Amino acid sequence: MTSNLRWKLIAIFVVVALAVVAFYPPKDKVKLGLDLKGGVHLVLRVQTDDALKLETETSAERLRDELSRQGVSIGAVTPLDVRSFRVEGVPADRDADFRRIAEEWVGQVFDRSSAAGGAYTFTLKTAQAARLRQEAVAQALQTIERRVNELGVAEPIVAPHGEGDQILVQMPGVTDVARAKEIIRSTALLELKIVEDGPAPTREALLATRGGVVPADLEVVPGAAEAGATGQVYYLVKRVAGITGRDLRNARPSLDENNQPAVGFSLNQQGADKFSQLTSQNIGRQLAIILDGRVQSAPTIEGRIYDEGRISGSFTQQEVQDLSLTLRSGALPASLTYLEERTVGPSLGADSIRAGVMASAIGLGLVTLFMLAYYRLTGINALLSVSLNLLILLGFMAYIGAVMTLPGIAGFILTIGMGVDSNVLIFERIKEELAAGKSARAAVSAGFDRVFLTILDTHVASLISAAFLFQFGTGPIRGFATTLFFGLLSNVFTAVFVSRTLFELILSRRPQAAKLSI
Amino acid sequence: MHLFTNTNYNFTKWRWHALTISALIVVFGLVQLARNGLPLGIDFSGGTIVVLKFQQPVSEEAVRTALNALPGEKVVQQYGNASANEVLVRLPQAQQTEQGTSLEQGARQVLEAVRAANLGQFEVISTEIVGPVIGKDLQRKGIYATLASIFGITLYIAFRFRLSFAIGAIAATLHDVIVTLAVLTFFGYELSLNVIAAILTITGYSVNDTIVIFDRVRENFRTMRGASLENQVNTAVNQTLSRTIITAGTTFLSVLALYIFGGEVLEGFAFTMLVGIVSGTYSTVFIASAIAIALSKNEANTPAAPAAPARSASDRARRRERRNA
Repeated sequence: MTSNLRWKLIAIFVVVALAVVAFYPPKDKVKLGLDLKGGVHLVLRVQTDDALKLETETSAERLRDELSRQGVSIGAVTPLDVRSFRVEGVPADRDADFRRIAEEWVGQVFDRSSAAGGAYTFTLKTAQAARLRQEAVAQALQTIERRVNELGVAEPIVAPHGEGDQILVQMPGVTDVARAKEIIRSTALLELKIVEDGPAPTREALLATRGGVVPADLEVVPGAAEAGATGQVYYLVKRVAGITGRDLRNARPSLDENNQPAVGFSLNQQGADKFSQLTSQNIGRQLAIILDGRVQSAPTIEGRIYDEGRISGSFTQQEVQDLSLTLRSGALPASLTYLEERTVGPSLGADSIRAGVMASAIGLGLVTLFMLAYYRLTGINALLSVSLNLLILLGFMAYIGAVMTLPGIAGFILTIGMGVDSNVLIFERIKEELAAGKSARAAVSAGFDRVFLTILDTHVASLISAAFLFQFGTGPIRGFATTLFFGLLSNVFTAVFVSRTLFELILSRRPQAAKLSI
Repeated sequence: MHLFTNTNYNFTKWRWHALTISALIVVFGLVQLARNGLPLGIDFSGGTIVVLKFQQPVSEEAVRTALNALPGEKVVQQYGNASANEVLVRLPQAQQTEQGTSLEQGARQVLEAVRAANLGQFEVISTEIVGPVIGKDLQRKGIYATLASIFGITLYIAFRFRLSFAIGAIAATLHDVIVTLAVLTFFGYELSLNVIAAILTITGYSVNDTIVIFDRVRENFRTMRGASLENQVNTAVNQTLSRTIITAGTTFLSVLALYIFGGEVLEGFAFTMLVGIVSGTYSTVFIASAIAIALSKNEANTPAAPAAPARSASDRARRRERRNA
């Protein structure tokens, strides 16, 4: 054996050893995709319009409050759409004051345009709208991530997806999909507001004393009549919340005075300051605890409260746990809609693995039979290089943490095909050279030399399509593209380098051989 | 063992026949696609698929009856082996699914209806719900990926060989894609993500075959100076014939195993590959070379001058070897 050959063998051994180390033991090192492990794949859209609407409404509110504080009386303030609102009836003699106040309070965020008769339209600036949308998506992403983590899902994926406002959530091994989806989507917007009137059985009854008109600084919120009751009642509450979910420090399951499941919460420093002020000023009045726009309960304030509170309603144990979880993880800045949902049960995943492995084994077996029958001993060479190719591919997948999917298994099978193709290309050429009367050594050498560029060209072309496939793909298809891509790369090594070294090894035993078993 | 030894079939002589037949198949395929449209799976059209596994045998008819009350056109079919008692239910894209919770409503209604019909114990083994936004998105991406990959490969072949060869290779590839789509439609398969993956793989495979022959043509440019282009191409096709057949055969075998044993999820993928391999082998032998010859002849009278970049190292090695031989 020449030292050159020895080094080649050592190189091959090292590469294969590294690959085996990378994927051994396969149970821990090879990550399975959702389609094999079971789990749920969700694509959500953040309704970023919600964030714009909130900004528009609160700005309109702020402007009106400030105008009335400075004594500028105006007509109606009406929201036009999510990013603009209209102010009417600005008195001509206070026009300059109005402009000054508007500039000071909302001028940074809104463009102002005037119309006849003291009417103004304020529109959210494009750059500001884009910023708000981005912030809403980023904040939703963080919130969802916290919730998914609190759900205790192993190796979840929460990532931006597609254009702008989409979020991808993958949760392997989750069985109660409905609950997971509910937890992710619930807005969990907690607001504590002072009750001005109510409860009343209908809206009309509630507003009867006010002539059927909701005062500007108040709003009507529906709620449950009593814990456990089915009836609907209405409360008239302050529009501006005294305390919101942002002031929370913690939330946990607890029990209310009737030993029913409830959620206890504690406030952070800022929240506690506001809360103690709010409660001490409103002793004897009702405080509505509003969750996602619904009054859960409206206890009477009996004294100053600092930083502890409780949300009671007709909750089950499970609901209390889920609610604590979502409150802890913070409110979503905007509502979410589901665009796509794919759930694979664990039994289907196991079936798929079995079928995939079986198909691979049978495919490899058939190809083996053919190669041995057709190329005889040289067929072993092909099998060795194809098997090493699969080992290296597996090692590479494990090393870069690529996910194995069912189409990925198909990628393995196609890699077998590519490997065999390269070998066939080389062997046929060697046969040709032998038929032309060359010695075994010269034929092998010529065969590899001449076919190398062909193999390079075919592989580059396939790599191009694999790369675009990866670009295009979601989930499983990406697994396929990744497998194909790295299979092609390692195939260049095994089909050209490993296979040639094996030939040289055989020839080194019989240097003068004129024949090959091919 | 030799499959083909020193064959000398005159493939190029038959190229006009082959081109005519292929043109007919392609036109037929296009007409069929235009008439019936491409049957889109839920990945692209949007909609809901629920797969139920019953504990005891249940007829498709019983499930269909149970779902009668639900609106829209439903598809109910057996999923996988008959012994597995698995039934697939597909619902079309519901209206206004963009609004809130209604996306999963269809799936929920199916479960309620089946439960109400008392067909026995069952579990949901998979659910796929694709909204219209995602469907459109995937459609766009699928078209983009197919075109971009074809364009990228064309550029590469034009760079490595010559433009006429690139056009020949791409014509052959497009031929394969259209033939495959037509056959898929004929056998009632729907276009899904997996099928698109298979089609992209076929473009790679088909181009591979073509490159092997072109590479040989390029080599023959040197050794067969003076021979006609037809002759050179024909020789190359013959020289690589056994490789073409063996590779197609072994790949076909392994994909066949995937088709038979790979399970329901990959069936569409495997079927597409099977059709593509057959079509790809045919188009490589007949179409790619025929178009390359036709276009080369029209090129500004530069017979057999390879536009390939210098193949420095290996070329030198080869010349050295030729001297030594």
